[in-house]
Amino acid sequence: MPVDEESLLEFNPAYDKRRKIKQSFFFFLFRGAAVVNGIALLIIVYFMVVNGWRAITWEFLTQPPMESMTKGGILPCIVGTFCLSFGAIIIALPIGISSAIYLNEYARPGKMVRLIRLGINNLAGVPSVVFGLFGLAFFVVILKMGVSIAAGALTLGAMSLPVIIGATEEALKSVPDTYREASLGLGATKWQTIWWVVLPSAMPGILTGAILGISRAAGETAPIMFTGAVFFTPKLPTSIFNEVMALPYHIYVLATAGTEIEKTRHLQYGTAMVLIALVLGMNLVAILWRARLRNRLK
Amino acid sequence: MNVPEQSKNDDSPEYKMSSEDLDFYYGDFKALNNVTMGFKSCEVTALIGPSGCGKSTFLRCLNRMNDLIPISRVDGKITLDGENIYLPSVDVVMLRRKVGMVFQKPNPFPKSIFDNVAYGLWVNGIKDKAFVRDCVEESLKRAAIWDEVKDRLQDTALGLSGGQQQRLCIARALAVKPEVVLMDEPASALDPIATQKIEELIHQLKEMYTIIIVTHNMQQAARVSDVTAFFYLGKLIEAGDTDSIFTRPTKKQTEDYITGRFG
Repeated sequence: MPVDEESLLEFNPAYDKRRKIKQSFFFFLFRGAAVVNGIALLIIVYFMVVNGWRAITWEFLTQPPMESMTKGGILPCIVGTFCLSFGAIIIALPIGISSAIYLNEYARPGKMVRLIRLGINNLAGVPSVVFGLFGLAFFVVILKMGVSIAAGALTLGAMSLPVIIGATEEALKSVPDTYREASLGLGATKWQTIWWVVLPSAMPGILTGAILGISRAAGETAPIMFTGAVFFTPKLPTSIFNEVMALPYHIYVLATAGTEIEKTRHLQYGTAMVLIALVLGMNLVAILWRARLRNRLK
Repeated sequence: MNVPEQSKNDDSPEYKMSSEDLDFYYGDFKALNNVTMGFKSCEVTALIGPSGCGKSTFLRCLNRMNDLIPISRVDGKITLDGENIYLPSVDVVMLRRKVGMVFQKPNPFPKSIFDNVAYGLWVNGIKDKAFVRDCVEESLKRAAIWDEVKDRLQDTALGLSGGQQQRLCIARALAVKPEVVLMDEPASALDPIATQKIEELIHQLKEMYTIIIVTHNMQQAARVSDVTAFFYLGKLIEAGDTDSIFTRPTKKQTEDYITGRFG
């Protein structure tokens, strides 16, 4: 039977209506999914603030825990978590950025690169408690660092490497090849091109990686409980080979192992609030720096 | 160099750059087939041909920009002042300083106008501030953009219009004092007025440089070039005086192309 082309091309109101309904349905779905994120965050913050605001006092922020942790503050934990996550990022950023530069700018595709990538992807999938055990076996025992900031920061650093490498590689990929070509075309070496052109353009993306890395490192309990953090020490660290208290571990201890869990509820929430504020504060530095760089690149 | 007169190759006595039996492969695909041609100093050579004919590939062989493509391979030779630039002993970085390039899309760095032009000097180890400043000014003047930017050298180059950006890129290329300037469709992303400015500029620049320009636009080739080379399917079909190529092409394919019968 011959096809009647005229009727095929005719406007079909029923079909048009159907496809518009379909579009509305899917957009509604996507919007819903996006809103759920916001709500989840709001609920978390709401619970923390409602239950923990009573705990936030000057004393809480400046004193060590007292009377089996039912009184006093969390200063050693704040200092400890700051040292551990700052240390982790100091260790992981240079190694992560260098690896990403190698993989993205220098390495010729081949077996070697595939193997390295396989390694990095698997590193990202390793559970954090396994990192903790690795840190215990390697840094604490074999390298004889003991339970210390150094061992904890190294463990956290190893754990945040895949995040930083991934973000840096994405950032390097987003630098247009025309920049590289222009620079090489002027008689710049590959390294000059990377240092003066590629890295400055990729810096905002790399900082995003650093932010994700810090956030992840600061909030982890499992990797530090065998390597850097202890149940209780009233002393503030004076060297990187001191053990410290840490906020996430302190929350865990208060919530599960204390003698009077109910009585310290507000301290648990308060500690969580401080942890979030600390992570946010450290990220804010990176975020502001990133905003400045982005402005300059415009 | 002190080369005795008689030892010079007779058929390329005055070529600044030339290619001999050049083949180029992307993996298994042969993109250039046996290309032999020469470029004289103080002349503009236009490479024309339909999309995918190999003209841009050929241009990018001249400063070894194709080295960046991992699966590519070159056979044959390209000489600059009689020296084969594909010899292992050749320093690619020095070569690219002598053979500058302007790209299809204006690609200024996300830096200030001044830094864009000074960049090539800095990476080549020239740090003397006064000298760099003079060089930047001279290059911008030569690229006919000085008057438009002299009061805002510290502003970002990305704030310029497309045509200004392209002239800035030309200034950037000129700053390192190249001997040959390669241009890969330098005006294809620009409007007619900006294009006209670029063409006038090419006309002025040819007094000092060897210029090789790839263009899709045949009127442009006719306007700016002294010599025109027509590429088709990876082969150099015909090269000669622009006037004769456009008025009396000797090959049928050339005639078909320039009269708009295909391409």
